[in-house]
Amino acid sequence: MIKKTKQFLSSLMLIELLKGMLLTGRYFFARKITVQYPEEKTPQSNRFRGLHALRRYANGEERCIACKLCEAVCPAMAITIESEEREDKTRRTTRYDIDLTKCIFCGFCEESCPVDSIVETRILDYHGESRGDLIYTKEMLLAVGDKYEKQIAEDRAQDERYR
Amino acid sequence: MDALMTSVFGLWGPSIAKTFWILLKIVAVVLPLMISVAYLTYFERKVIGFMQVRIGPNRVGYFGLLQPIADALKLLFKEIILPTASNKVLFFLAPVLAIAPAFAAWAVIPFDLNLVIADIDASLLYILAMTSIAVYGVIIAGWASNSKYAFLGSLRSAAQIVSYEIAMGFTLVGVLMCANSLNLGKIVMGQAGGFWHWYVWPLFPLFIIYFISAVAETNRAPFDVAEGESEIVAGFHVEYSGMAFAVFFLAEYANMILVSMLAALMFLGGWLSPIPFIPDSFLWLLIKVAFLLFCFIWFRATFPRYRYDQIMRLGWKIFIPITIAWIVFIGGMMQTSWGYLFH
Ligand code: SF4
Ligand code: SF4
Repeated sequence: MIKKTKQFLSSLMLIELLKGMLLTGRYFFARKITVQYPEEKTPQSNRFRGLHALRRYANGEERCIACKLCEAVCPAMAITIESEEREDKTRRTTRYDIDLTKCIFCGFCEESCPVDSIVETRILDYHGESRGDLIYTKEMLLAVGDKYEKQIAEDRAQDERYR
Repeated sequence: MDALMTSVFGLWGPSIAKTFWILLKIVAVVLPLMISVAYLTYFERKVIGFMQVRIGPNRVGYFGLLQPIADALKLLFKEIILPTASNKVLFFLAPVLAIAPAFAAWAVIPFDLNLVIADIDASLLYILAMTSIAVYGVIIAGWASNSKYAFLGSLRSAAQIVSYEIAMGFTLVGVLMCANSLNLGKIVMGQAGGFWHWYVWPLFPLFIIYFISAVAETNRAPFDVAEGESEIVAGFHVEYSGMAFAVFFLAEYANMILVSMLAALMFLGGWLSPIPFIPDSFLWLLIKVAFLLFCFIWFRATFPRYRYDQIMRLGWKIFIPITIAWIVFIGGMMQTSWGYLFH
């Protein structure tokens, strides 16, 4: 009975509601934690899985040997590879497309590659302006790799112990 | 002011000048009102952002100050989609019906002593009538859209507004008993002489109930079941887009300012200053209204939405009995020797 009256009085006096308002009122003055994106960025791991790239060896030869392991492992079936024998008798891809609109950025392709050819870089803010812009061809992927090779190599070196 | 009026009189004949003068006064009220509605949305986003430890809009203009203008432009350029199965006439009439009373009610609001468009005797009754008409906008919008979500939303809002109107009406009866007048200017002047003369103190429970009912009347969180995004998408305005949607939005915020204004006038002494030797001014009214609007937003940032049956229970089983009891109590007290406390 006493408990009931107490509860009745406290809900009549809006005690709980005032407590809630006090809490939000306190947070009104709290330090704001928003990260203002283009100017400020959150720290990124060296294992970040962003835009894909195809790497080359130091002598300029492309790494990919067209083993098609990445194509086989890709759970989203985003990779399409066609291959041929080159004049020097090595097997090379003639076509290497990644449909980034299908890709789920799981990183399996990177993990499966025996020669560290396909990798995922830290780039996360890329875009396409018309349909098909996000289907990256072999040339585009190689270009990404050429451009960011330094960063890619650094990230791989940092992670070497755990691989 | 008067010099301007006589010069206007001189230019045209008296009747045209008079119409022109009234139009001028209306523009002088509606234009700042529109701007404050726009900036109320900005204020709301900022305050809610701050309470959620974010910083709110800050990209368009300094501190995001141009954000409301950008939003208004965006809404203006959007297409208004007309559902095939809707009732065309009513579909477009509904937003007008929602916003017209929200603006019309401002005709009798006194901003300062004698600074009012229409100084009529029953201004409080007029406002009650106007705010009640606003619910037709919502009901018609829901019905004319010919969509189940919209219809559910409008049914909810109709039931809710009707039930809270009663509690709200009763709280106003308390004010009338204290002020002995239906004229808003007279009600304010009845509270002259320092903040301890304001009607909040003798009518404190009524003030709280008035304010909560006002939140419910304007369909604001935590009473926003009429829109209830999580259950019925957007309620009555689910089929509206572009400017037609913006008009509903405008009406909601204009109503918010209106009920805050009423609360400030009836309970918090309007333009009267809290301490006798500081001069009374329009600024006091602005401060009081701004604080009440802040509370509106504060509620929204704090409380989860009510369940529908709880809203009905609160309105019928709690608010109405308390208001009636308090009115009877005041009536009784006025007959005793402490009666002066209630005037
Ligand atoms: S990251 Fe995953 S989904 Fe994307 S291409 Fe590689 S294997 Fe396929
Ligand atoms: S990228 Fe790697 S896994 Fe994929 S085909 Fe080339 S070598 Fe094989």
